[in-house]
Amino acid sequence: MKFEIEYSTIENVAGPLVVVGKVRNAQYNEIVKIKLQDGEERLGQVLDTSSTQAIVQVFGPTNGININNTSVSFLGETLSTGVSEGMLGRVFDGQGRPRDTSAGVSYDDKRDINGYPINPVARAYPSEFIETGISAIDGLDTLVRGQKLPIFSSSGLPHNQLAAQVTRQASVKGTNESFAVVFAGIGMTYDDYRYFFDEFKKTGALKNTAAFINLADDPSIERIITPRLALTTAEYLAFDRGMHVLVIMTDMTNYAESLRELSSAREEVPGRRGYPGYMYTDLASLYERAGIIRGKPGSITQLDIVTMPSDDVTHPIPDLTGYITEGQIFMSRELSNRGLYPAIQPLGSLSRLMNNGIGAGKTREDHKGVSDQLYGLYAKAQEARSLSAIVGAEALSESDKRYLKFGEDFENNFLKQGFYERRTIEDTLNIGWDLLSQVPEGELTRVKKEYIEKYYKKNKVAK
Amino acid sequence: MGHIERISGPLVIASEMLGSKMYDVVKVGDLGLIGEIIQLKKERAVIQVYEDTTGLRPGEKVESTNAQLSVELAPGLLGNTYDGIQRPLEVLKAKSGSFISRGLTANAIDRNKKWKFYLEKGIKNGSMVKEGDILGYVKETEYLSHYIMVPLGIDGRITGLKEGTFKADDKIAVVEKGNKKTELTLIQKRAVRSPAKFTKKFRSEEPLITGQRVLDLLFPVAKGGTAASPGPFGSGKTVIQHQLAKWSDADIIVLALCGERGNEATEVLTEFPELKDPKTGRPLTERTVIIANTSNMPVAAREASIYTAMTIAEYFRDMGYSVAILADSTSRWAEAMREISARLEEMPGEEGYPAYLPKRLAEYYERSGKIEALSGKIGSITLVGAVSPPGGDLSEPVSQGTLRVVKTFWSLDKSLADSRHFPAINWLNSYSLYLNDLNAWYVKNLGEAFVENRIEVARILQKEAELKDIVQLVGAEALPDAERIVLEIGRMIREDFLRQSAFDEVDAYTSMKKQAFMISSILYFRKRADDAIKSGVDLNSILKLKVREDISRMKETKEHEVDKAAQRIRSEIDSQFSALLKEYKENNR
Repeated sequence: MKFEIEYSTIENVAGPLVVVGKVRNAQYNEIVKIKLQDGEERLGQVLDTSSTQAIVQVFGPTNGININNTSVSFLGETLSTGVSEGMLGRVFDGQGRPRDTSAGVSYDDKRDINGYPINPVARAYPSEFIETGISAIDGLDTLVRGQKLPIFSSSGLPHNQLAAQVTRQASVKGTNESFAVVFAGIGMTYDDYRYFFDEFKKTGALKNTAAFINLADDPSIERIITPRLALTTAEYLAFDRGMHVLVIMTDMTNYAESLRELSSAREEVPGRRGYPGYMYTDLASLYERAGIIRGKPGSITQLDIVTMPSDDVTHPIPDLTGYITEGQIFMSRELSNRGLYPAIQPLGSLSRLMNNGIGAGKTREDHKGVSDQLYGLYAKAQEARSLSAIVGAEALSESDKRYLKFGEDFENNFLKQGFYERRTIEDTLNIGWDLLSQVPEGELTRVKKEYIEKYYKKNKVAK
Repeated sequence: MGHIERISGPLVIASEMLGSKMYDVVKVGDLGLIGEIIQLKKERAVIQVYEDTTGLRPGEKVESTNAQLSVELAPGLLGNTYDGIQRPLEVLKAKSGSFISRGLTANAIDRNKKWKFYLEKGIKNGSMVKEGDILGYVKETEYLSHYIMVPLGIDGRITGLKEGTFKADDKIAVVEKGNKKTELTLIQKRAVRSPAKFTKKFRSEEPLITGQRVLDLLFPVAKGGTAASPGPFGSGKTVIQHQLAKWSDADIIVLALCGERGNEATEVLTEFPELKDPKTGRPLTERTVIIANTSNMPVAAREASIYTAMTIAEYFRDMGYSVAILADSTSRWAEAMREISARLEEMPGEEGYPAYLPKRLAEYYERSGKIEALSGKIGSITLVGAVSPPGGDLSEPVSQGTLRVVKTFWSLDKSLADSRHFPAINWLNSYSLYLNDLNAWYVKNLGEAFVENRIEVARILQKEAELKDIVQLVGAEALPDAERIVLEIGRMIREDFLRQSAFDEVDAYTSMKKQAFMISSILYFRKRADDAIKSGVDLNSILKLKVREDISRMKETKEHEVDKAAQRIRSEIDSQFSALLKEYKENNR
């Protein structure tokens, strides 16, 4: 028999926190139900427990809670969520309650939303190339199945379009298998929510999507659990149901801000810019839930959106994210201003798992060399650009002029791409060779000689 | 036995703990989660718990094991992967599946495997032994004798010692002192937080050969030395660590993956069995111990993982081996310390880190070094720490505390990484303070020329940087040929020598012989080019020489073809320059 004791011993309410007195043995992380005097119920979670009191964080507003007429009961379990395949095609709110229709959802199992860490020896190393159809990603910073690759963006840049395009186009090369999508909207505006909803509806992705939406005006503390609900669902779909799941979490900056809010309400010693010292560990507990497990058919790939406050990549949120994720896709305001959708700046972008997902049999034998060489030349083009800004284009050497031209063409022909344009990896690499062929072949030292002989287009060197 | 009074994240306060000692390991709650006492307040103990504390309740029991956090040391360590408190991850997987659940225990050393134990010459029953003495050995791998030593703190008369085949926890001998009898097995335990005893420490005069050209030529670390590689994310810290783990010529590698990505551990576990130790030709796993406490595993165990790694390293060092610890990343360790410190409500120092951070860093790096062990064997620990400064800004406390104690600094550069110049080690900011100590070794093993070439390369790169500043203002065309050639040689050194691909089969590792060939070829080209310019030859015609492409592809030379390639390139340089000079003279007759 389980007894549910109602405590009416609230001692203190401050921000999202409630201190309940005379509680003898609340579990750490236990879920509590808070009953207001008008009968409304809210959920909360124990953050600190001792033999005299428990500190509870409330998922929801604390308005209406009072000291003498609100009661708290401890539910004897930690926060968990129902999971099932039937969740695909549905939209939930930030606490996992259906938000689209009043129809119920039937669940196959119940899971702790914090999950458990994947044992590193149980992981399989991600190595399957995902063709997104976007040259800047496929060619230079390849995404593989089971990777966590965030988009580092800034306000005003087309990161939502990019995420929608990737979701629409992504498939593993040579298969038409599409991904199941788990979408976590964290503090997103209604407009952004509608954008994704309409896009997914248009492309038919919606029936394959489970969305958890915490809107900008929903309680901010709820944002702590929204991504965890999404990831728990994703883990079930991937590792119990064998699906390939693409998780999109947007916007991680809102998540981190909620974490800071909670930390300051708890009067913790702040770290950089007021964010808590454990933010790295906390973010890791989300990002690390991507991956592949040996002997299980599914996978979780994460494409998380991080908007960098004041375009600053050294801000703690993108900084800590970059230290955890397996690379990043970096969006540039400069490229965007020049009308170069998708505005991905390769210098600054990186895919750590690329080397394992490309090459003969996966993409094409020359992929690594082409990518390295394009990077090297584009970096030189940038140097030539800044030099020409000082001494003028006329004073540049022959080779610097060539780099300058290369840079222009690289941006216009390779990086720039339409929202509905889907390039195969062969298309992408061929555009790459068109560009490399502008440079004398002796300079292409990052490409193996045999590939130069095979792919280099002679007589295209700019005079 | 005590009881839980309060739980806050990884920290538990227990009451009725009188009699327990600082740093004792305790079992917390009904699940028996493993923790360590880090503060005592009268009858209360503050405990950091190495597992997730979700679900614990005040009132649950807390039991002290009356022992400090320690590791098991015995044959069977090599090739194993452990978490931060030395639980073997394969065993945990067998017990709880793909995800690590809580309250699991597992022996670090397999108790079922049998080992053949041989006696050391001169050891006889009845003789007196003291701590650290070698009793015998087990052939743990084809190339490695795993010496069985008298555990620290034990001495007396040895009896019952015999050769034979034993399980790790079988009795192999007894040490008697007065009435006290201590049974010895193949396993010994050492507490992780205190350095192991040794006889004396030396300066090291031998480099750790890494097969990485920028390190071996310009910024070597001594065997027994320390190095740090701070850099922002994406600058290649982990790749450098992995390259060192794969190719450096230490006998034993201890890889401490501290608070980093799970897939990085997976990468090592997938690759290492396939790769061969350049010294012995055996799979790399046979010389490697991995401590993997990734970022999503409990934070207190992350704090301990660094010490677990060091204690295992010290054990192999005491057998007379050269050990390299690669700690990736020490910043995550420091952050774990900060998190615990904040929960203890200690007064924070800089950026929230505890005031004792610099002391802990220095103490840790000081556990490296070349030493004479208690047994008289000479061993060493080389310690390479990756540092992950927030925003890549080295003014933060972990970088600063580290740079004060390490003697080799590999400065990782974001802009190099962005242009895919790897290893992204900045050749102007990095340094090695071991160069003088190591010079004699280089002269003896590689000849005077190697040392001279290094000085020459450093000088050219410095000069190139100065000239580049001028070029930024006036353009390269404004420089005289004698200076433009420096820019060109600088570029060749950077692109054709320093840049090295970790992912290319041939390029990933370069022997010292091949390095010497590569750099002397570039410098020989430089000498001929200088002479030609002095004789009036135009720079542009030098830049068109075909041999430049051969030089740029030297890195593709296979190790067994180095001699041939060296000869060919030298004669190509000679003949092409001679032709150039001849043509010039004919045109200017």
